Amino acid sequence: MQDIIKAIEEEYYKKDLPRFGPGDTVKVHVKVVEGTRERIQIFEGTVIKIRGGGLSRTFTVRRTTYGVAVERTFPIHSPKIAKIEVTRRGKVRRGRLFYLRGLTGKKARVKEKGRV
Amino acid sequence: MTAGSKQAIMGIKIGMTQIFDENDKAVPVTVIEAGPCTVLQKKKTESDGYNAIQVGFYNLKEKLANKPAKGHFKKANVKPLRHIKEFRVDNIDDYETGQEIKVDVFADGDIVDVVGTSKGKGFAGGVKRHNFARGSMGHGSKYHRRPGSLGAKGPARVFKGRKLPGHLGAERVTVQGLKVVKVYPDRNIILIRGSIPGPKRGLVVIKNTVKA
Repeated sequence: MQDIIKAIEEEYYKKDLPRFGPGDTVKVHVKVVEGTRERIQIFEGTVIKIRGGGLSRTFTVRRTTYGVAVERTFPIHSPKIAKIEVTRRGKVRRGRLFYLRGLTGKKARVKEKGRV
Repeated sequence: MTAGSKQAIMGIKIGMTQIFDENDKAVPVTVIEAGPCTVLQKKKTESDGYNAIQVGFYNLKEKLANKPAKGHFKKANVKPLRHIKEFRVDNIDDYETGQEIKVDVFADGDIVDVVGTSKGKGFAGGVKRHNFARGSMGHGSKYHRRPGSLGAKGPARVFKGRKLPGHLGAERVTVQGLKVVKVYPDRNIILIRGSIPGPKRGLVVIKNTVKA
């Protein structure tokens, strides 16, 4: 039974997803339709949450611009996402970085993961 | 088969997932393994009083079929099947005994009704069975999930049809106006938007909607 569902989901999976986790900084290339034109918009921020499995897996990116924080959640396999780029690996000790919501300025930073 | 005519097919509910549609939106879908259903018998007005086709679905082991059933299947010259149902169709002359009804009678975008047997909930109280309001769980209240008053004192009896605790679920449920998202004719799979009644592996009937 699960095989049948897997076979259907298979055709929607993205094969070229980079590996990233909570704390990483990513650039999400989002396809935006304006009238008839389609263009790519980049949303860059820290990954604070990854949830779900399979096709319904989603991730949440938080970015702060001009003092206003914005969080966007994307289905990881959504065709609306053209590309995901990982720009920085963050060193974090938990899976959900909700503590960042209570922090602002320099405190709301994630340390970069050192080279091993 | 022409569009708009009455079509019906039996299927097994496989489970739910989500896919992305042509607008790149995530759509919740139920996966149903539907058909092939085999026509076993044609019922005619002259002999049976009404027009219908009798169809079978889902292979049954030879040894599990009893003798009367075996004889019936032999008449139609097919292997034993687990589920047998009758469908009222527009014109029974379109069908031959032994003919297979495949999932491709439905196409993407069709609106269908789905009939299933809902999940059994056993003996359920009024809160779950009839959406009664619950009493306060705290503040000294000792009145939590009880059915409450059964009516006025005057008639000195409880009226028939009073909503009370009792058996819930495991009954025939029809959900109307569901959209067919995708059909895989080669794999006998149909994806229907949203949820349908019954557990996984439950038998369902998909048919053209009555409210087209």
